[in-house]
Amino acid sequence: MTTLAPWISWFPALAAVLCGVCCFKPTLRNYAAPICVIGIFAAFISSLLVINGMDTHGTLHATAFEWIVVGDFVANFSYFIDPLTMIMLMVVTGIGTLVAIYAAGYMRGDRGYARFFFGVSLFVFAMLTLVLADNLVLLYLGWEGVGLCSYLLIGYYYDKPSAVAAAKKAFIVNRIGDLGFAAGIFFCYTTFGTVTMSGDGGIIEQARGMLESGYPVSTATLWIPFLLMLGAFGKSAQLPLYVWLPDAMEGPTPVSALIHAATMVTAGVYMIARMLPVFELSPYALPTVACVGGATAIFAATIALCQYDIKRIYAYSTVSQLGYMFIGVGALSTAGGVFHLFTHAFFKALLFLTAGSVMHALAGQLDLRKMSGLRHKMPVTCWLMFVGCLALAGFPFLAGFYSKDMILAAALQQGLDGHNTMFVVLAIVGLVTALLTAYYTFRLWFRVFMGPEQFEMGEDHHGDDGDTGHDDAHGHAGENVGGPHEMPWLMNGPLVVLALGALLAGVLGQHWIVDNVSHSTAAPHVAHGAHGADHGDGHHGSLLFGMDLHLAMQLISGCIALLGILIAWYFHLQNRAAADRWATRLSGVVTLLENKWYVDEIYDAVIVSPLRALARGFWWIDDKIINGVVMVIAAIPPLLGRAAQPWQRGQLQGYGLTMAAGIAILAFLIIVSVL
Amino acid sequence: MIESMHAVTLGHFLMTGAILFVLGLIGFVTRRNLIIMFLCTEMMFQGVAITLIAFSKFHMNMSGQTFVIFLLTVAAAESAMALGLVVLLFRRKRSLDSQVWAQMAG
Repeated sequence: MTTLAPWISWFPALAAVLCGVCCFKPTLRNYAAPICVIGIFAAFISSLLVINGMDTHGTLHATAFEWIVVGDFVANFSYFIDPLTMIMLMVVTGIGTLVAIYAAGYMRGDRGYARFFFGVSLFVFAMLTLVLADNLVLLYLGWEGVGLCSYLLIGYYYDKPSAVAAAKKAFIVNRIGDLGFAAGIFFCYTTFGTVTMSGDGGIIEQARGMLESGYPVSTATLWIPFLLMLGAFGKSAQLPLYVWLPDAMEGPTPVSALIHAATMVTAGVYMIARMLPVFELSPYALPTVACVGGATAIFAATIALCQYDIKRIYAYSTVSQLGYMFIGVGALSTAGGVFHLFTHAFFKALLFLTAGSVMHALAGQLDLRKMSGLRHKMPVTCWLMFVGCLALAGFPFLAGFYSKDMILAAALQQGLDGHNTMFVVLAIVGLVTALLTAYYTFRLWFRVFMGPEQFEMGEDHHGDDGDTGHDDAHGHAGENVGGPHEMPWLMNGPLVVLALGALLAGVLGQHWIVDNVSHSTAAPHVAHGAHGADHGDGHHGSLLFGMDLHLAMQLISGCIALLGILIAWYFHLQNRAAADRWATRLSGVVTLLENKWYVDEIYDAVIVSPLRALARGFWWIDDKIINGVVMVIAAIPPLLGRAAQPWQRGQLQGYGLTMAAGIAILAFLIIVSVL
Repeated sequence: MIESMHAVTLGHFLMTGAILFVLGLIGFVTRRNLIIMFLCTEMMFQGVAITLIAFSKFHMNMSGQTFVIFLLTVAAAESAMALGLVVLLFRRKRSLDSQVWAQMAG
């Protein structure tokens, strides 16, 4: 069924068009959700059929239509499916379907119901375009498309100023990264002479050729990766461009789960994995990626320790986990990076959606301090989130455990084999982050679901400002009177599937992912200097404590996860007073972390305010000088008119006389010229 | 000689046309009654028509006469409209004086 390949991304596109129609017809509004779910599910099924029809490690090229052909420059709507693409297709369409089903219940009764599903369908279309793109220009189109949808959906509650500000922030911060990405694409074209990635003469083949024949002479190849990297850091919320992601939680929770946890934010990781040979061309590129990833991982984890907003905790956690993926990719363990992407998509989507359920049940309450012991009110949500938390914390044999260990072991191995202290440090940073992760994850869970039952209802339903009137239209507004309630199975059903994924994706997915990645463009180049022993499977590198590195790392990080959970258990369930004592004792640190290291304030002072002052200066020039000149010029014709006004007396005879005089003068001139 | 002196030449016709035209013009400029002014424009029309026919006759070119036929047709239609307008204007102000329609002064 490989003939379906060019059509995969067009099912959600069609759904988007239909949902767009539903936006304008209030009677059709409720059809938007099924349309969206069916559109994404159709993409899922067709992806499965296409993958089924392909050889195990085969690749597939398909062109939907000719797009840009100018002389030698060719950028068509052409798709490329290799084993790496297959993983991404499964994640995007699979998680997308589940989240869309959940959202059908979650968003019910909202004014913008159809608009929401329009955004989601369009997003899935753009994301599939990004994932399937065979050339950088099409990839960029998808890249910007997901950015646009992210903007639209973060600003979904457009009557809420903070949501609008968050949407703008996300869009603008991403532009900074995308500027680098666009420049990278331009230099790719000038260096490689094409924007096509796969196939003979494609960028990846050329880069592999350069790697085989020793390092290339062109200096452009040394910094193309750095430009591309900038785009990846913007999209995947890494230092220094991560600031938009926590604010993006202003959007509806399913959006946070789908776009800002499972799919869009992993686009940066995917892009680096896809272009790995190009990144390998520059000896400093991948170590830089790993360092930025490591720094982001621990930085975001520390912030997550002291946040009180449950969605923000998960947002910082996402930033932190994306940091792990970058460590993995940077340590040449693309398999680890992509594996973590895969498992993270399951458990983080699960965590966000369960957080959404809590928020839904508590009428928009997100503050950790105002809820406790909800396990009796929402037993299903409680245990679903428990599974997600265990997976995120890296509890042994759950999804996150395997993928995180693969990354950390790869980094450590890179460090020990290559005698590269930096990667050893990164591995240790990763372990510390794992401890922090386990702690903050279970801090949240113990606070929300365990302990004495206490809660304070929020002011509205979805965290929007509540005066929009959709509360009345809400499907079960009446039930909220009786306090928090369990979600209907329409919403819990998809969560169960995600929880199964969080339980089993690590065990069952590992071999598939590693095998797939090693047969895709993301496979590290083998003869790559001192690095390169690692493929994620089958290696004969250094030993740690007389054990195979992976095994050692699994033991260590398993213990660390347990330790983190125990600490959280002690402080947030057993002895909450002790936690408060420690918080006052360390009040300086806590304040610093509660205020997110004051990064937003620093950015505001260093970048935003000066830019704003500059803009105000430009505006003054525009308003006073440029506009002034234009106004002066514009004042001349009216003045002339006013001068000629007295001639216009309104007397018919007067006009007649003027006409006659004109004719007389003309006649006179003609006669004089004839004579 | 005498015959040639009394022969009607192109100049006579042109002079007649010009006189009609100028009389009409003077009337248009000096009179204030809308109907008279309108009739004066008709007179100017006739002056032009005579000029065209004279040229047509003396240059043996029929297009001038054709043109006059059209001119008369248009003039007939136009006069019907113009008189209608004059009636409407009269109804508004109960006067035929062109001075009462001076609101267009700048």
